[in-house]
Amino acid sequence: MAVPLHWYLIVAAALFCIGLYGVLSRRNAIGILMGIELMLNAVNINLVAFWRYLTPAVSTGQAFALFAFAVAAAEAAVGLALIIAIYRSRDTVIIEDIDLLRG
Amino acid sequence: MREFFFNLTWLIPLFPLLAFFVIILFTNEDTKKHHKLSHIIAIGAIGLSWIVGWGVAFSAFTTPHLGEHPIHITAPWFPTGSTVFNIGVWVDPLMAVTLFMVPFVCLMIFIYSVGYMGYDTHEVDPHYSRFFAYIALFAAGMLGLVVSENLLTLFISWEIMGLCSYLLIGFWFEKNYPDPKQITPRQAGLKAFLTTKVGDAFLFLGLLYLYGQAGSLSYADTLFNEEFLHHLAETPAFPILGGWSVASVIGALMFGGAVGKSAQFPLHVWLPDAMEGPTPVSALIHAATMVSAGVYLVARIFPLLHIVVEVEHHNPAMGLIAFIGAFTALFASVIAVAQNDIKRVLAYSTISQLGYMIAALGIGAFVAGAFHLITHAFFKALLFLGSGSVIIGCHHEQDMMEMGGLKDKMPRTFWTFVAGGFALSGFPIITAGFWSKDEILAHAWDEFLHEGMVSWPFFVWLLLTLAAFLTAFYTGRQISLTFLGKPRGHHAEHAHETPNSMTVPLMLLAVFAVTLGFAGMPEEIVGHGNNWFHGFVGHEYPATPLSLLVMLLSAALAVGGLGLGWLVYGRKPLAHGEMDPLERAMQKIGLGWLYEAMRHKFYFDELYHATVIRGVIKLADIFFYFDNRWVVDPIVNLVGRVGRLLSDILGIFDLRVIDGLVDLAGRTGASLSALSGWVDNVVVDDIAVNGTGRVTGWIGARVLRPIQTGRAQNYLLVALITVLALLGLYLAYL
Repeated sequence: MAVPLHWYLIVAAALFCIGLYGVLSRRNAIGILMGIELMLNAVNINLVAFWRYLTPAVSTGQAFALFAFAVAAAEAAVGLALIIAIYRSRDTVIIEDIDLLRG
Repeated sequence: MREFFFNLTWLIPLFPLLAFFVIILFTNEDTKKHHKLSHIIAIGAIGLSWIVGWGVAFSAFTTPHLGEHPIHITAPWFPTGSTVFNIGVWVDPLMAVTLFMVPFVCLMIFIYSVGYMGYDTHEVDPHYSRFFAYIALFAAGMLGLVVSENLLTLFISWEIMGLCSYLLIGFWFEKNYPDPKQITPRQAGLKAFLTTKVGDAFLFLGLLYLYGQAGSLSYADTLFNEEFLHHLAETPAFPILGGWSVASVIGALMFGGAVGKSAQFPLHVWLPDAMEGPTPVSALIHAATMVSAGVYLVARIFPLLHIVVEVEHHNPAMGLIAFIGAFTALFASVIAVAQNDIKRVLAYSTISQLGYMIAALGIGAFVAGAFHLITHAFFKALLFLGSGSVIIGCHHEQDMMEMGGLKDKMPRTFWTFVAGGFALSGFPIITAGFWSKDEILAHAWDEFLHEGMVSWPFFVWLLLTLAAFLTAFYTGRQISLTFLGKPRGHHAEHAHETPNSMTVPLMLLAVFAVTLGFAGMPEEIVGHGNNWFHGFVGHEYPATPLSLLVMLLSAALAVGGLGLGWLVYGRKPLAHGEMDPLERAMQKIGLGWLYEAMRHKFYFDELYHATVIRGVIKLADIFFYFDNRWVVDPIVNLVGRVGRLLSDILGIFDLRVIDGLVDLAGRTGASLSALSGWVDNVVVDDIAVNGTGRVTGWIGARVLRPIQTGRAQNYLLVALITVLALLGLYLAYL
């Protein structure tokens, strides 16, 4: 085994952090959605890596990864639909302008 | 026929009772029509009673062995616990002879009253109807008393008569006299009622005692129950009475009733004053019947008294009775000598003659006493009615000193009065009074011969003999003063004979006053078994032996007394305003004070006034003072005052303490509520409620609102920081 587990973990952590940064820093709602996809996929890398290295006998990790894909796909679909709805009503996708919950 | 009359006996008192109610309710107006109806009803009723009464009496006279087997018809009246009071009639010899006398005398008096009360004249009494109602009620009482089969109905009748005597003595209640010391009819009625009540109280006690012993008051259970009588005679009464038997005590108590009713010493004072009533009343109540009721009672209870003699040979109660009777006989006749009122002389003579009867019963002369009761009723009614006739004839003059010479002006009245007076004196042979009085004296003499010189029968005999002489003397005086000589007053000068309704009863009564004595002549004269009265009434008692000495003595006394009376007052008639010769004679020998005392009835009225009446008034005063001045009222006032004081204190306490407390509580409450108001306003409203609001608002505005940016990224950032912080903590402590 040339590639140890923690390398995958580092890659996944890096990817998560990039995604998180994107979510926190992007002003465009689409960008934030893309960051969320990155974070989800980082988790998927972790799931697959832990399955492959720690419990290859059972397929729980793969199943969770597949669930995460499916949920991410649904999430992307709902998120995009919300963004389109917001855009249609407020004529913007800049997340700072959409502060309807401000106290 | 006998059965028929015996079964009707109960009607005898009912007729006059009915008459009373009819008159008092329906014919009570002061009109001639109602007057006529009233006296027709009353006389009719007493007439019916008389017919039935004599029917019963003669049936009884012809019934053999009535004494051993009295007729006894009774019905239950009311039950009391385990016993029953009966009401009914009792026919025995004593009742029969009394029933022979009472309704007849009543009838005569009723008829006489029509004339006396001035029917159909301008002097008619305004209460004419009422008078007949009262005398009818009175007759009902007397007849009820005679026919009673027990002592309870006897007592009731007795009290009815007491009431009637009050009503009739006070009949002229509106009368007043100029002299305030002269007793008015009102006072006389009250006096009679109260005085006899004193005696009635004793009678009632006697009845209660007897009832307590026997559980019954009927004659059959008590007075004619040998076994029971023996028991009473053998049982000693209260130890304090020194061995008196129960029979003696009961007898003495019931005799107390007779003392009141029959005006015996010391309760004799009411009878002379009862002369304030109309004269028929005097005849009816105070001569013939009511006062006889007392004697009748003593004769009734004679078995009770006599049984003690049989058991112990001596009865102290009878000694008492004999002594009181004999003393009264002499005492009253002494007073009668000095009276000038024609009716008062007769009143004292009645007291005296009743004393004879009582004394006779006291010495055991049952037959003689009963005999004298009957004869006396006839001749005393005659005398009273005669005096009433004189009074009417003399236009209501009653003072004998104003009369005189009426012999020719009122011949019928004179001759009948003489017959009555001679009977009263005991004029020998031809008058009823002689035989009955002689029998009493003979009996006393006989007892004295048995008992010896210093025994009480001797004193009784002595007193009675003296009284007999005085009786004859004052009768002679009365006849002489009233009828002989010349008129001493203008009333007597214009006197006239009274109407037939008054003189006919006098003549009828005179017949009896003369002849009745022959029914009881001693066997020594008429032959053995021919003393009808004794054979009928007194079969169980031995006949009184004739004593020639006594008979001659009493005859001599009667003739001597009458003669002396005539000598002193009749032979040389008094002039108008002349002093009584007896008074003059007594003053001469230094006994003027005695005559004065006699005229004033030995000052008994004054004595009773000074003792009993004043005593009662003083006692009432003491009670008044006790009540109002000394004890009761002061206590009440003290309690009141203490109560007021206490309430004052309590008032102050209330004002100061309670009110203060209440005020304090109020004020405290007010302060508290002010405080709580302040707390509410300041603490709750300002600090708590508004403070909370303000703080919350401030926090919201300054803290929470800025946090709520509405930017999702900010929130995420916070979440990230939090996660990182928690992670840091986790890592640091793990």
